[in-house]
Amino acid sequence: MNGSLRGQALSDIAHLRARHPAVFEIDPARRAFNIAAVVAMAALAAFAFWRLEFSFIRLGSGLAQIANIVSLMFPPSPGTQLMTFIRALGETLSIALLGTLTAAILAFPVGFLAAKNVVPNIFAHFAVRRVLDTVRGVDVLIWALIFINVVGLGPFAGILAIAASDFGAFGKLFSEAIESADREPMEGIVSTGGSKLHALRFGLIPQVFPVIASQVLYYFESNTRSATIIGIVGAGGIGLHLTEQIRVLEWDKVSFLVLMILLTVVAIDWISTRLRLAIIGRATLAS
Amino acid sequence: MPGAVVRLPPEQIARALAAYSGAVAAKRLRTGFGFAVLFVAIGAASISGEVDPAKFAANIHRFPNYILSLVPTLTWANLSGDLAEWFWDLKSWTRLLVDTLLIAYLGTLLGFIGGFALCFSAAANLEKRGFVRIAARRLLEFCRTVPEIVFALLFVVAFGLGAMPGVLALAIHTMGALGKLFSEVVENIDMKPVEGVTSAGAHRFAILRFAVLPQVMSNFVSYALLRFEINVRSAAVMGFVGAGGIGADLMVAIRKFFYSDVSAILVLIIATVMVIDLLTERLRHALIGMEQRS
Repeated sequence: MNGSLRGQALSDIAHLRARHPAVFEIDPARRAFNIAAVVAMAALAAFAFWRLEFSFIRLGSGLAQIANIVSLMFPPSPGTQLMTFIRALGETLSIALLGTLTAAILAFPVGFLAAKNVVPNIFAHFAVRRVLDTVRGVDVLIWALIFINVVGLGPFAGILAIAASDFGAFGKLFSEAIESADREPMEGIVSTGGSKLHALRFGLIPQVFPVIASQVLYYFESNTRSATIIGIVGAGGIGLHLTEQIRVLEWDKVSFLVLMILLTVVAIDWISTRLRLAIIGRATLAS
Repeated sequence: MPGAVVRLPPEQIARALAAYSGAVAAKRLRTGFGFAVLFVAIGAASISGEVDPAKFAANIHRFPNYILSLVPTLTWANLSGDLAEWFWDLKSWTRLLVDTLLIAYLGTLLGFIGGFALCFSAAANLEKRGFVRIAARRLLEFCRTVPEIVFALLFVVAFGLGAMPGVLALAIHTMGALGKLFSEVVENIDMKPVEGVTSAGAHRFAILRFAVLPQVMSNFVSYALLRFEINVRSAAVMGFVGAGGIGADLMVAIRKFFYSDVSAILVLIIATVMVIDLLTERLRHALIGMEQRS
């Protein structure tokens, strides 16, 4: 039946066009815009290929090289360095944990400063926000390089780099959580004879804490990824070994390290999702 | 009027109070347990992360000093001269910044094409064959879980130094990230147009073109623009591993303590990122407006 319906429609296409002009009509302006956009994008891409010196010869030889590398990656094996790698992985997790916590502790008071309802002075909170934006705009790898200059090579520089780059993000997120908190629970507590401290403890903290805790957990999750790469510039963790093994072309160790990173990231994602759900769920029960 | 409050019988009060203190105790126990785990984790992490408070206290003064050294000497009397000295290599930095933007653009474009090609196979409503869907999803997951800089490291070995490995690394990571978002958009479409077009005898290509694409295209473009913003930031550090862009110059400047160069390049990068964020936001709003008009 389908085929015959389609056949009928196709054989009758001229009459269909005549009977339903609105369906077949094409908006010329819209079409011209679409074509112009695609042509402009293709032209820019062609310029970029030329400017960045893409060549099919290099692409071909590189792909052959990659096929060769991938074949050398199997089977993945840690060689004799299994314990070193595991310790480096632990270091990576430590960097992520301590970096995230440091950032959260430092950003907590700043979040109050950047919140409109706490600091009504528009210039003060505008200035704090712009500083936070700038801190956030610098990539974590750049922070890592800078902190290596300050405290030397090693995981400590990594912790500070993660703390610095998350400080900007947390400051903004915390201030938004504080701004959107509901005043009424605090007023209710004061009206039943609670002190100002009681109002903060039982009125504000229960609202703000789950939001903040779940954001901190989320960042811990994404920082495990960041912490695996900051070793590339020398700031500790498993990235250091990854770079080293790539430099000396030990491809079976490289694939083992990549597998370790993948498994850790997946495991941390899973744990932190469970924890986040538990925290948020408990908060909805309590309220 | 306290007299109006109905007093419960004493045994009922006792029961309610016991239940309350039991609930509070359980909650305290759970919170306490959570904090205990956290503190143990912090202790273990401090040991493995080689945290040394004494060393930190001894060196902390260096950080403000470092930031202060980054600030260039600008005098009001000779402002243009000082600025020219601060940005002494502006011409080649601008060229490198353009390269960085082009790397981000090509990476986003190629990643968009890859993600577009795979997203329909990863969407549960359009791909009924389970093994194809699982294969597509696992591939996208792998591409976005491996950090782009790791791909860049590998590709620098395979393709040689230059912008090409950077573009390919960004493209693969973008493909994984966009492919997942795109497939979620596709899973949320209204299936009625698809059924209508299918019932009229359309093939797979025609179904995608006339029933799916009109529903998803604006979302796709909006996600791609967001990804472009992220990729500009990533492209700026690709040079750290030799994969093109302004990162190589920045790394040399930081490693060799050329303070004014570091701040000049950082200012250029931050300004570029802000301008790009602003432009893409405008573009996204314009696209949304166009979508609502038509």
